[in-house]
Amino acid sequence: MKFNRRTVLKGTLGGGAVGVALPLLDCFLNGNGTALANGSALPPVFGTWMQSLGFTPGRWQPEQIGADYETKPEMKGLDPFKKRLNLISGCQYFMDGRPVETHITGVQIASTGAIPVGVVSAPSIDDTVADTIGARTRFRSLEVSLTGNRESASRRAGAASINPSESSPAALYARIFGPEFHDPNAAEFTPDARVMARKSVLSAVSEARRDFAKQVGAADRARLEEYFSSIRQIEHQLDLDLQKPAPLEHCTRASAFEEGVVGPVTDDVARNARTFGGLIAHAVACDQTRVFNFMMGQAGGIRRAGETENWHGWTHEEPIDPQAGYQVIVAWFSEWATQVFATFVGELEGMKEGPGSVLDRTVVLWQTDHGVARSHTMDNLPIITVGNAGGRLRTGLHLNTPGDPSTRVGLTIQQALGVPINSWGALSNATTKTMTEILV
Amino acid sequence: MSLRQFLTLASRALAAPVMLGFLASPLSAAENVAGEASLRRLSADQYRNIVEDVFGPSLDIGGYFEPDLRIGGLFAVGSGKIGITPAGMEQYDAMARSIASQVVDADHRAQMIPCTPRAATAPDDACARTFLARVGRLLQRRPLADTQLNAYVAAARIAAETTGDFYQGLELSLAGMLSSPQFLFRDAVSVPARGGAQMLDAYSKATQLSFFLWNAAPDLLLLDAADRGALDTPRGLAREVDRMMASPRIEDGVRAFFIDNFQFDRIAVLTKDAALFPEFSAKVADDAREQTLRTVVDVVLHQNGDYRDIFSTRKTFLTQQLGSIYRVPVISNAPNGAPDTWEEYEFPADDPRAGILTHISFTALHSPAGRGSPTLRGKALREIVMCQTVPAPPGNVEFNIINDTANPMYRTARKRLAAHASNPVCAGCHKITDPIGLALENFDGQGKFRSAENREEIDSSGTLDGVSYKDARGLAQAVHDNPAAPRCLVDRLSSYAIGRLPTAGEKPWIARLQQAFKTSDYRVPALMRAIAVSPEFYTVAPAPPMTSAAATSRNGETR
Repeated sequence: MKFNRRTVLKGTLGGGAVGVALPLLDCFLNGNGTALANGSALPPVFGTWMQSLGFTPGRWQPEQIGADYETKPEMKGLDPFKKRLNLISGCQYFMDGRPVETHITGVQIASTGAIPVGVVSAPSIDDTVADTIGARTRFRSLEVSLTGNRESASRRAGAASINPSESSPAALYARIFGPEFHDPNAAEFTPDARVMARKSVLSAVSEARRDFAKQVGAADRARLEEYFSSIRQIEHQLDLDLQKPAPLEHCTRASAFEEGVVGPVTDDVARNARTFGGLIAHAVACDQTRVFNFMMGQAGGIRRAGETENWHGWTHEEPIDPQAGYQVIVAWFSEWATQVFATFVGELEGMKEGPGSVLDRTVVLWQTDHGVARSHTMDNLPIITVGNAGGRLRTGLHLNTPGDPSTRVGLTIQQALGVPINSWGALSNATTKTMTEILV
Repeated sequence: MSLRQFLTLASRALAAPVMLGFLASPLSAAENVAGEASLRRLSADQYRNIVEDVFGPSLDIGGYFEPDLRIGGLFAVGSGKIGITPAGMEQYDAMARSIASQVVDADHRAQMIPCTPRAATAPDDACARTFLARVGRLLQRRPLADTQLNAYVAAARIAAETTGDFYQGLELSLAGMLSSPQFLFRDAVSVPARGGAQMLDAYSKATQLSFFLWNAAPDLLLLDAADRGALDTPRGLAREVDRMMASPRIEDGVRAFFIDNFQFDRIAVLTKDAALFPEFSAKVADDAREQTLRTVVDVVLHQNGDYRDIFSTRKTFLTQQLGSIYRVPVISNAPNGAPDTWEEYEFPADDPRAGILTHISFTALHSPAGRGSPTLRGKALREIVMCQTVPAPPGNVEFNIINDTANPMYRTARKRLAAHASNPVCAGCHKITDPIGLALENFDGQGKFRSAENREEIDSSGTLDGVSYKDARGLAQAVHDNPAAPRCLVDRLSSYAIGRLPTAGEKPWIARLQQAFKTSDYRVPALMRAIAVSPEFYTVAPAPPMTSAAATSRNGETR
């Protein structure tokens, strides 16, 4: 199926959606896919930040709706970005009679809009967005985990496999800025004969590989399609390696650094979040990727050095402080985590591109697994979006949409980024309603 | 031609766009005795074993592997469901190139490549063909079809022309083979057998057998047996099974199963709070895993003993590092400066420890970073050792009373959990887990012995399915005597072997294996042999006809 501006506009209206998507397709980009044809803007970037364990009741949700709200303590860390973010309260995850797998189901709905049946899930939102904005870059998306393991919430269409995260900043550095990185601003470019040879080998054995799919059943054939599309990324990388990259004024190779401890202790998580943020910002400025996913500790194994209990343990085991009226240590973790997230956002802002920064063309979707971790609630979820994706979203608002599926936010972002869909999610988590207040 | 024959043929003729979807259900309902064959992605260990078998132990693989997926308690089952992501493919591609470049480098090429090219700066199809056919048979675990071999020879030729170097050409072609689906996935090609069933063909049989017994690809002798058709007769198959069972490599197979079943992959990421448990380190964690594997292999393989004895044996193997946590002297006669050696050790009859459940690999693995957990340990025992399912905690539960360790009313985990279980929503599941886990309360979060918590003496008594005991040794004996433990082993080992959960039609086979295991007095090698010579181990359901969606995707883009 071919899309153009007109068919998408028509199709979306035909589907009765409130918001209208004007997709940013490659035909609107200049020949290099690096800037809009009129030279006015760089392409949009999408990121996700998945953070376990929600926020503390009464300590995050503003009293006021709209622009002039007063920040509550667990959002304070993001005050420097208040005008550039939206806070959405009131949304909920719907179970449709399925049992709650605590800390898992929420992440599944947040990332894919649905509870999977069996091991194969719907694609995650980053995968759908990457189809539209990420197909031309060296990495379709980059996944990062902040606590030392390989978990991520990113899943490809029709696959049981999870896109593995990088947990080591040094490994991510090597992937992006290792020997295979071509500086787009280098004066000289010589295509590497070895790369040419690798490309010919791939095409010479392509049919021999395809033969394998002929002898398997339908389920396996779908799994092999995932393999073949992964191979296409390799081919695409080789193609890029053989072309002189278009100059990107603001691209610089990230400088090498000394890797510290990778693991779930708060100080290490905070330091690595900053380092990863810097690497991703450089990768975006050099157009190595336009999609990234951050996982901040599924089920919250994060802990403070020397303590017997981790964040998740505290949510269940810390008594409510009678004076304060809430769990004091858990609240500390939430404030700390917001600060870490703000540090990460600061790295995107610190990567300057002319008068603006990488953050200006990015939207990051922050979601969590439970509203209140202590009792595993699935309603009144905090959801945060940071950045306006190059003017595609309005920001600075607190929206309150009690009882709506969380997928409204994801649908809104997907439409803003030009993904040609007019509904997202499954069963009660499905929605066709975008958040028109923030859709430009 | 009967309808059944027609359908079988039609479903195998995948090149034609067969539109038989509407007939698929009646067909599979009638014949779905075995499960559908599925490709299994190589595990990291299997990948390493193959590279070592084919190219020797001196290669550095580099790179890292995609995470596996555990289904029904086993990665082996998940391996039939997972694919390869773009990030994973980058790694496979990098490893393939790294391995291939070492194979052809100046240090290795003389041993690895059985011929010398006419000129090192130009293609040489004949030499490339000799090499690629030989390694191709081992890597793809069957002889390469002409079209396959021609493609790889052509790839070597083109790459040699482009780079002006025969060896670089061969290297890149070999790298292509190492990142091919034929290498990364274990195939399951089937042919019609009697009674409308499908049987794996000789090479897929060899693959099924070899990964089960050795956790490695078929060796040359097994491939030769497949060539001769020997695996298609009961006698020929039994001869190969017996040869492989008699090889020391059977230990690799036994270890691989227990690593998977005991979820020992998690040991690699196990950390303890350094402030609370300064003796615990990554080295201790590795040694703890090895200790349990040595103990299990000693019982089930070297002694050919009763499987259930792994839960009660006092004999084990220790390093000095482990000795510091077990608080026993480990005396090594190795020369000063030698790496840690393993010493046999027997816990005294009155020691609180007996069997693998009292090992660090169990008590520390199933505990959070800073303390022990009766609930996690009880859950692990139920799920891993007895194949029972403990439900996840429900939503919307208050946790006010429990685990306020500062409360003088509740100094021990037993008291805190009792307070917690006064909530009826929680009580049901905690009754399943806690009485087991509390018996291990004498072992703290890193598995070290303690007699008191918060200065209050620990009561480690409990019951397991009606059997009462007063401490961990009693629990060990109760698990040893509980019929669920050996039953679970048969369920897990058979699923591990076939790479999926059994179908309803395979239940009689599992029941026969259960009986055989009992009759053999719970000998694991006898059970492995019984599985390996069973026709059921090699029988698969006919593949359902191709859907039109799949037909489309073969011809073009993924989506």
